[in-house]
Amino acid sequence: MEVLLAIMIGVLYAAGIYMILRRSLVKLILGIIILGNGANLLIFLLGRVVKGSPPIIPADSDVFQSIYADPVPQALILTAIVISFGLQSFAIILVKRAYKVVKTDDLDEMNAIDKDS
Amino acid sequence: MTQQLVLYPLLLQMFLSILLMFCWRRISWQRVVSIVGSIINVGVSIWLFSYIWENGTQIVQAGNWKPPFGIIFVADTLSATLVLLTAISGLAVSSFSSASVVSARLKFGYFPIFHFLLLGLNGAFLTGDIFNLYVWFEIIIISSFVLITLGGEKAQLEGAVKYFTLNILASMIFLTAIAVLYGLTGSLNMADLAIKVAAIENRGLVEITAILFLVAFGIKAAVFPLYFWLPDSYHTPPSAVAAIFGGLLTKVGVYALIRVFTLIFVGDLFLLNVILILAVLTLFSGGLGALVQNNLRKVFSYLIICHIGYMIAGLGLFTEVAIAGTIFYLIHDIIVKTNLFMVSGLIFRMRGTNSIRNLGGLYADYPKLSLLIAIPLFSLVGIPPLSGFWPKISLIIAGFEAERWWVVGAIIFASLITLIIIAKVWAGVVWKEKIELPKRLNFRYFDKLKSVRKVQMIAPMIFLSLISLYIGFGAEHIQKVSSRIANELIDNQNYIDSVLGSEQNIGHEE
Repeated sequence: MEVLLAIMIGVLYAAGIYMILRRSLVKLILGIIILGNGANLLIFLLGRVVKGSPPIIPADSDVFQSIYADPVPQALILTAIVISFGLQSFAIILVKRAYKVVKTDDLDEMNAIDKDS
Repeated sequence: MTQQLVLYPLLLQMFLSILLMFCWRRISWQRVVSIVGSIINVGVSIWLFSYIWENGTQIVQAGNWKPPFGIIFVADTLSATLVLLTAISGLAVSSFSSASVVSARLKFGYFPIFHFLLLGLNGAFLTGDIFNLYVWFEIIIISSFVLITLGGEKAQLEGAVKYFTLNILASMIFLTAIAVLYGLTGSLNMADLAIKVAAIENRGLVEITAILFLVAFGIKAAVFPLYFWLPDSYHTPPSAVAAIFGGLLTKVGVYALIRVFTLIFVGDLFLLNVILILAVLTLFSGGLGALVQNNLRKVFSYLIICHIGYMIAGLGLFTEVAIAGTIFYLIHDIIVKTNLFMVSGLIFRMRGTNSIRNLGGLYADYPKLSLLIAIPLFSLVGIPPLSGFWPKISLIIAGFEAERWWVVGAIIFASLITLIIIAKVWAGVVWKEKIELPKRLNFRYFDKLKSVRKVQMIAPMIFLSLISLYIGFGAEHIQKVSSRIANELIDNQNYIDSVLGSEQNIGHEE
């Protein structure tokens, strides 16, 4: 499971960065989204994947008896997902506006600001 | 009353933005609320600062969870100082933007977003939890995205695409770094991380995590190979927005670097060398970049990059004198850079352009204002006894003590380059003979503004220039503050004890 997840995360990171490096604006957005998902899965993996042991201390004990599923990474991922959702929706609107105003989705042609003095 | 004092700057900014949203269409109300609120904020920040100065580091635990659990807010002297500086710059920009930003932009929620940005800045400075720092960073960048795109001009949108992509990439790298750090230590509290990271045996993994943090914060702070988004975007929004960006946003990156590399990843020789090399390259590339630019605001943007190098160099030298120099420079730089971008806005209002080639004759038309403009310009160079001079002395002394001659050389070289650039700007904008430009239609020149608006534009510059002069002439006081901060940063045990050693007693004095 861990190995599979690790490979998956690697592929997501690689794909995300590859997409960000493309010239098209839409691929840029896709790249950011994929990269964000990779980061979320990375938090999940590094919080240790434990199956079927919720973090509940038994009534007759003061401490955890065995290894337990850490709830903190899940809270982190939830926060990160919500934040990246907001950012991505903003990004999509921004790209749409930029496309309408600049009339190109090629990042290489977005160089008006380099020319002005 | 004082138990939750640390949270007041945050709550005030949040309250202000919500209040401003209720006056969405009433621009004149928004102006008043924003300026009055910012004045109150300065008062609260002074209160926080003086309380911290007398009573030492204060903490507030959210939900009274005992550290290292739960989110914690920590105000040590560094945080309190930066909150105070944020409040001062915020007040200046709030007044400046109510006069200089056109009402078409103000109608789309400029002021609420502006205060959300300040909320994010205060939060980032005050939090003691690394994931919470990430959340505050996101609040900062989402507000800055709105501010940078507000108005939707072509150049703005193009700049925004670059700004957006690089900042979001930095956030992803930051998140990755937090994930790896959590995997290594199982903690998010910065004080707890400091202890746990020091105990990790596999130093290679720690170094890789540290490099991830360095890249993430390096993009935010615009350090050498990662700064290309900055000069492409900072000159596109209105100058009031550029003022708050130039004054504070890159400094958050520097703050995060200082915090992480003095608290969590301490004293790793390899990392310090990497930081030093980056600092030297930043000094060179920023300075040389500024030399060839013609647009006033692009010149200032490159100067931001150049001067980030000083602060990073102090961090890389990592002695008490060097850190004191870094902090002094940070204090000086926030005030001066905010002022400089407002100056560029004023010049734009006067002439309708920011191109140095087409500017000129400012001294003939506005002799008093030219003298006012001289203060931030020459403070930036650090002509003694103005404010930029003193921190450079600390940095150079620290460089000599550490026998890093090349760092000393780079610092002196960058000062020289800055001097040349400022001389060029001064000669081109203020002294050169006036060039007649075609009048722009539908453009409100400075002469035609109402006198209230003129005061709103000039007053913040006078205010910040006076503070700059105080930093220069009262350098003894600022040096005292920065030495104390440096002392606290070098000996990170103080921070750790105030956070972890006071479970029994909130607001316990350390």
